Amino acid sequence: MSIIKPSFKNTGFNKLCLSYCQLRSVSVDLNHDASLLIDIPDALCERDKVKFTVHTKTTLSSFQKPDFSVPRQHEDFIWLHDTLVETEDYAGLIIPPAPPKPDFDSPREKMHKLGEGEATMTKEEYTKMKQELEAEYLAVFKKTVQVHEIFLQRLSSHPVLSKDRNFQIFLEYDQDLSVRRKNAKEMFGGFFKNMVKSADEVLISGVKEVDDFFEQEKTFLLDYYSKIKDSTAKAEKMTRAHKNIADDYIHISATLNSLAADDMTANKKNLEKLSDLFEKFRKVEGRVASDQDLKLTELLRYYMRDIQAAKDLLYRRARALADYENSNKALDKARLKSKDIPQAEEHQRQCLQKFDKLSESGKKELTSFKGRRVVAFRKNFIEMAELEIKHAKNSVTLLQGCIELLKSN
Amino acid sequence: MLLVTKKFHNKSEFEFMKLFAARNDSFLSADANVELSTDKSGSSARKEPSGPRHASSFTPSPAAMQPTSLEQVQATAEPNPLKTCENLSTNCVMFLSSLGDGMNAYVAYKVSTRTSLPMFRSKVFSVRRRFSDFLGLYEKLSVKQSLHGCIIPPPPEKSVVGMTKVKVGMDDPSSVEFVERRRAALERYLQRVVSHPSLLQDPDVREFLEREDLPRAVNTQALSGAGFLKMINKASDAVNKMTIKMNESDTWFEDKFQEVENEEQQLRKLHVVVDSLVNHRKELCGNTAVFAKSLAMLGNSEDNTALSRALSQLAEVEDKMEQLHQEQAASDFFIFAELLGDYIRLLGAVRGCFDQRMRAWQRWQEAQSTLQKKREAEAKLLWANKPDKLQQAKEEITEWEARVTQYERDFDRIGMTVRKEVLRFEKEKAKDFKSQIIKYLEAMLQSQQRLIKFWEAFLPEAKAIA
Repeated sequence: MSIIKPSFKNTGFNKLCLSYCQLRSVSVDLNHDASLLIDIPDALCERDKVKFTVHTKTTLSSFQKPDFSVPRQHEDFIWLHDTLVETEDYAGLIIPPAPPKPDFDSPREKMHKLGEGEATMTKEEYTKMKQELEAEYLAVFKKTVQVHEIFLQRLSSHPVLSKDRNFQIFLEYDQDLSVRRKNAKEMFGGFFKNMVKSADEVLISGVKEVDDFFEQEKTFLLDYYSKIKDSTAKAEKMTRAHKNIADDYIHISATLNSLAADDMTANKKNLEKLSDLFEKFRKVEGRVASDQDLKLTELLRYYMRDIQAAKDLLYRRARALADYENSNKALDKARLKSKDIPQAEEHQRQCLQKFDKLSESGKKELTSFKGRRVVAFRKNFIEMAELEIKHAKNSVTLLQGCIELLKSN
Repeated sequence: MLLVTKKFHNKSEFEFMKLFAARNDSFLSADANVELSTDKSGSSARKEPSGPRHASSFTPSPAAMQPTSLEQVQATAEPNPLKTCENLSTNCVMFLSSLGDGMNAYVAYKVSTRTSLPMFRSKVFSVRRRFSDFLGLYEKLSVKQSLHGCIIPPPPEKSVVGMTKVKVGMDDPSSVEFVERRRAALERYLQRVVSHPSLLQDPDVREFLEREDLPRAVNTQALSGAGFLKMINKASDAVNKMTIKMNESDTWFEDKFQEVENEEQQLRKLHVVVDSLVNHRKELCGNTAVFAKSLAMLGNSEDNTALSRALSQLAEVEDKMEQLHQEQAASDFFIFAELLGDYIRLLGAVRGCFDQRMRAWQRWQEAQSTLQKKREAEAKLLWANKPDKLQQAKEEITEWEARVTQYERDFDRIGMTVRKEVLRFEKEKAKDFKSQIIKYLEAMLQSQQRLIKFWEAFLPEAKAIA
C-alpha cells in the first residue's frame, strides 16, 4: 500500500493515521448539540484514495445504535452534498459547500523532484528535505480531513438538514455506498445543470427584486465573492513563498555544516553555530507558513465556497420568482381565453407559496450566515495573530541565543 | 559607521540618486564626513564615531535600506572591521557622483581617508576615483607582489549589464541596488588592502589614496570578474602541467591547498543557495504586497463594520510585513551573499599565491638544470681542450650558481610568506565572518521584534470584532 512511486522504498507514507487531537486545528462550526455528534477520528491514505472513518455519537432514536463508525470515501461526501442540493424541500437553505477533493499533487511532485536530486545533496540534507515533505504531506492530509469533518458537522448542527434521510444513511449504512452514488448519467445531468445555472446568473441581475433585503444581499454577495476569491488565491501564493524560504534554510544549514566540518580554523565554530540556527529556523518558518495557511488561506477559501452556496440559494429564489411571474402571466392568459383557469390559479398559488417559503427561509439562513462568518473570521484572526507572535518570539530567542554564543567566543 | 554623501555637480548630470537611506532618516550636509577609527588594540569591535566633529548622530542600521529620492541623502554602511596594524587609523568612505554623458558617463567614488600615519601628507583627505582606478591598483599590486607570495585582495567584478543600465539613466531600484552593491564592495576591497601591513606600505596604495589626479588605468579588461578568475586558473594550469613534481618535505602546503580548494567549492554552493533565498524572499515580498491590496479591497466590500475595520487593519499589517521582508531580503543580499562572494574571490587569490610559490620552485629547478647543463658543457670543453671558450663557460657557471642560490632563497622566502599570509588570512576570515554573521543576525532580530509589535497591535483589533 504505497502512495508514491516505487522509487521510494522506505518512505513511510504507506499508512497515515491521525489522532483525534491533531485534527482540531481550525473549526468554523463546532457541533454543540449533544444529540448528534460527528467527527472523523481516523483516516487512511491508500494509493490515491483517502478513507475517512466517520464516527457518530447520538441520543436520537432514529438511529439504530448510539455510537458507531463507518468508512467513507470522498465521493460519498459528494453524493450526499448533491442529493441535498437536488432536494426541492431544501431550496430555501444554504447547503454547506461540498468538501474539495483531496489534492496531494503538490507534495507528491516535490517528492519526485527530491528523489531525482538525491545525488546532489548530502545524506543529512536529503533526510531533512524528506522530513519537511512528509510534514507537508501531513498538513495536506490534516486539511482534507478537517474540511470533510466540518461539512458533516454543518449538517448535523442544522435543524432541518440534520434530519435528512440520506444524511442518516450516510452516517449509518455499514456497506459500501457506491451503489447509491451517482452513475455517469446522473453526473452528466448535474454538470448540465451547472452550465444552465451560470447562464442564469445573468438572469439574477435581470430579475426585478421586490425585497430590499435580498437586493442588498445579492449586490453584497456578488461583489464579496469575487473579492474573497482573489484574496484566497493571493494568500496561497504568499504561503507558498514562505515554504520556499523554509526549504532554502534547510540547504543553507546543510552546506554550512559541510563547511564547518572541513574547517580547521577559528571560523569553524562560527559556521557551526550559524548552521544550527538555520536548522532551527527552518522549523519555525515552516510552522509560520502552515499556520498562515490554515488560519488565513483556508479560512478565506472556506468562506469563498460558503458564499457560493449562499449565491446558489439566491439563484434558486430568483428562479422561484421568475416561475411565479410566469405563472401570473399564464393566469392572465387563461383568464383572457377563459380556459383552464382553476389550474392556472392553482399553479400560481403554488408558485407564490414556494417563493414565499424560499424568501422566509432564505432570509433566516442568510442572516445566520452573516453571524457565522463574522465569528469565524474573528476566531481565526485572533489565533493567527497569536501564532505569529508566538513564532516571532521563538525566533527572537533563537537569534539572541546565537548572537550571545558568537559574541562570547 | 561609514558615511556616503552625495554632492551634485550640475543639473546636466543624470540622476539616479535613490540611494538607500537610513531608516531613521538622518541627514548630513553635503560636505560632512564621518569617520570610523578602528580599535587600536586590534579587536574587531565596531566603534561609534567620536563626538563633536560630526554633524549628526548615527544609529546602527542594516547596510541596505529603503530607497528614497530625496536630494540630500545619506547612506550608512556597516564598516568591515578588519584588523589594522597598530598605530594606524585608516579607513575609506565612499561617495558617488556621476560625470560625463550617455555611454561615456562614469561614476566617481569619493574615497575619504583619516589617518595618523606620518607617511601621508595630511591627516584627513579625500580623492575621486572611478572603478577602473581600483582595477588599476589591483593590477599594479599583483604585478609587484607576485614574487613575494602575498595574498592580494581582489577587486569586485566588472558588470557590463549593470553599468549600462546605470549609464542609460534608469531610475529603477535595480540600478540603485547595483551602485550601492558596487560601492560597498569597493569599500571592503580598499579596507582589506589597507589592513594588510605590507600592502599599506606600498607607494601605489599611498598614491591611490592621496593623489589628486590619477593617470587612467589601462589594460583593466582582464582584471575583474571572469577575467580575474581566468588569470588565476591559467596559472594553476601552468603549474599542473609541470613535468617535474615537487617533492614536498612539508605536507603543510599540499594539505592547505586542498583545504582551500574544498572550501571554495563549498562556498560557491552556499552562495547559490543564499541567492535562491534572496529571490524567494523578494518573491514573498511581492506576494505579500499583492495580498495586502486584495485584503484591503475585501475589507471595503465587507458589510459588518467591525470586521471591515479588522480586515483593513490586517491589510495594513501585511503591508508592514512586506516592508520587513524587503529589508530582510536586502540584508540577506548585502550582508550574507556579498560576504560569500568576497571570500570566494579571496580564496581564489589564496590559490594564486600558492601557485606563485610553485612557479618560484619551478624557476629554481630550471636554474638548477641549466647549471647542470653548463657544467656538462664545461666538462666537454675541458675534454675538447678549447681554453678560450672554457673561460666563458666558467663565467656562465658562476653566474648560474649565483642564480640557483638566489632562486632557492626566493623560494624559501615565498614559502615563509605564504605560510604567514595564510595564517593571517584565516584569522581575518574568522573575525570577518563572525562580525558579519552577528550583523546579519542582529538585523534579523530587529526585524522579528518589529514583527511582534505589528501583530500585537493588531490583536486587539481582531478581538474587537463583534
